Amino acid sequence: MLEYGLFYIAATVALISSLLAITRYNVSHALIYLIVSLLASAVIFYVLGAPFAAALEVLIYAGAIMVLFVFVIMMLNLGATGDVQAHLLLRPRMWLFPALLCLVLFAEIVYVLLSSERLLSGMVVTPKTVGIALFGPWVLAVEIASMLLLAGLVGAYHLGRRYLKDSREGATSSPEAAP
Amino acid sequence: MVELISILIIYGVLLGSLTGAAILIWFERRLLGIWQDRLGPNRVGPLGIGLALADVIKLFAKEDWIPPFADRLMFVLAPMAVMIAMLMGFAILPYAPGIHVADLNIGLLFFLGMTSLAVYSVLLGGLSSNNKYALLGGLRAAAQMVSYEVFMGLSLMGVVMLTGSFSLVEIVNYQQEHTWFIIPQFVGFVVFMIAGIAESHRLPFDLPEAEHELVAGFHTEYSGMKFGMFMVGEYLGVILISAIIAVIFFGGWLGPDFLPPIIWFAIKTFIFICFFILLRAAIPRPRYDQLMSFGWKYMLPLTLINLLATGAIVLWLQA
Amino acid sequence: MINTIWSQLVTLYRVLLHTFTPADTVQYPEEMPYLAPRYRGRIVLTRDPDGEERCVACNLCAVVCPVDCIALQKTEDQDGRWYPEFFRINFSRCIMCGMCEEACPTYAIQLTPDFEMCEYDRQKMVYEKEHLLISGQGKYPGYSFYGVAGKTIKGKAKGEALNEEEPVDIRSLLP
Repeated sequence: MLEYGLFYIAATVALISSLLAITRYNVSHALIYLIVSLLASAVIFYVLGAPFAAALEVLIYAGAIMVLFVFVIMMLNLGATGDVQAHLLLRPRMWLFPALLCLVLFAEIVYVLLSSERLLSGMVVTPKTVGIALFGPWVLAVEIASMLLLAGLVGAYHLGRRYLKDSREGATSSPEAAP
Repeated sequence: MVELISILIIYGVLLGSLTGAAILIWFERRLLGIWQDRLGPNRVGPLGIGLALADVIKLFAKEDWIPPFADRLMFVLAPMAVMIAMLMGFAILPYAPGIHVADLNIGLLFFLGMTSLAVYSVLLGGLSSNNKYALLGGLRAAAQMVSYEVFMGLSLMGVVMLTGSFSLVEIVNYQQEHTWFIIPQFVGFVVFMIAGIAESHRLPFDLPEAEHELVAGFHTEYSGMKFGMFMVGEYLGVILISAIIAVIFFGGWLGPDFLPPIIWFAIKTFIFICFFILLRAAIPRPRYDQLMSFGWKYMLPLTLINLLATGAIVLWLQA
Repeated sequence: MINTIWSQLVTLYRVLLHTFTPADTVQYPEEMPYLAPRYRGRIVLTRDPDGEERCVACNLCAVVCPVDCIALQKTEDQDGRWYPEFFRINFSRCIMCGMCEEACPTYAIQLTPDFEMCEYDRQKMVYEKEHLLISGQGKYPGYSFYGVAGKTIKGKAKGEALNEEEPVDIRSLLP
């Protein structure tokens, strides 16, 4: 019973905060609501018996990726102009069609969930089973994903390096150009 | 009866950790004084311990000022985040056999998740203050903490590999049967120690608030109890990291029988708190790019090599 | 890299050793610190062995004072001695640098090893001559400016000072 209560509370929090996240004009406020939404979904994962997924949700999504988002917002220094642009985006003309599409998807999910029997399974997935699954049957997928990440890492390093070299040359050439 | 005991434990941990953080304000200054050949605060009460109380009263009595140019929602939210996250971290600590708030099977991951959520307080505090120094402090904090979080988690994975569990109770039990993890996982201990200092942004890695460069960094605009919450959060972080080091690498409550287990736990934690303060007394602050390159160029490869070697040895022993 | 880490570890060890060194702190209000006799503290005006004021109001101290905290006015009495009509030091400005003491040709102005000057009212930090004058001779006992200077005052004609030759009689032809 308690699990159901927790689940519904967390689900409500997740829904409301997601809704708030997409309707805020201020980007940083929207991000806070998104973080709350991620935390709420972590609670849902935990209640559904996947503590490992819940921990990773907090650790990676809320703890690392969203930090980078906030970091980017701090770097951009949006200010009031960003709010005005967000205001324009939130006119009904802009969001009506995507919302309609989302509604269709939502209806499909509700149909699928209602037609299947297994709602709250109650099976606890331990970190060990996740690990065995990842490096047993799904080892190929893990390897491919890691290769992709490595390529991304090398690419980012290369791009950053070139930018650094350019800026250094610019810094050395500018005093000569000044007189 | 069982429920009553667990409620008592919860309140005990809450009260103990907050009191510990308040006393640490006095203790740190006193210890710094000793190491700098001074006396430190010694006027209020015996040995000056009344300073902790005086500081708390002062913080509560101060005007709680929100600057008109600040973003109110985030400004209020930021100091709460660090305190809540750090207090949540105390929930998974095993203090003695049977004395813990929650023995999660993902205990270690929960701890890592909570420390990574604590980053938000620094970040949002810096962003919402609408102040150059605060923003610079927040930017530094974001980059520093995200990078050091990476190998903070990875440095513990060697321990997890040997134990086969994320649960802190099982990690301690494993150390009882075998040996303390400081010996097989020495590299992991060193890396975790350094990353822990960076995560709790203590000196020498206190670049987010570097008072010589950034006034007070991310909490420049804060006053009163909001500033107090940042402060308490920082000290809670110090206690939490020390306790985690004691549990994971130094056998937690394990020790000879002449003292009860919880005392052994307290002694080990205390020694690491002292070590944190010693670092503050002795080591100068690195430059920001030195900090980042130190993290990515030395710490991360070291951690990965440690992880690889541990994995290989575990496999070799099994075969 | 190894050297850097080693040096940090040595630093830690050295600082840790300071656990056993006693603190250098002097617990001030209970335990007074030792101040040398030539410590630069509160300024006083001294008198010569006869009990007269040493100050001749030459204004050198006021000129040399970097914060301009000394103010005085010269006057002269019937004996021919110069002395200050008023002598005022604003101690809320004074930085106790001791330049006035060095500049003083008559050892009148002297700094003493006393620094406890706390007032709630800032005006009370302005010391007049009656506050500054002491009845003793300070650090240079036995010194009298008029006793060595060539200035004529009542009871001491030209040539009567210490090591002073008789004035030359320019109307005499004798060597």
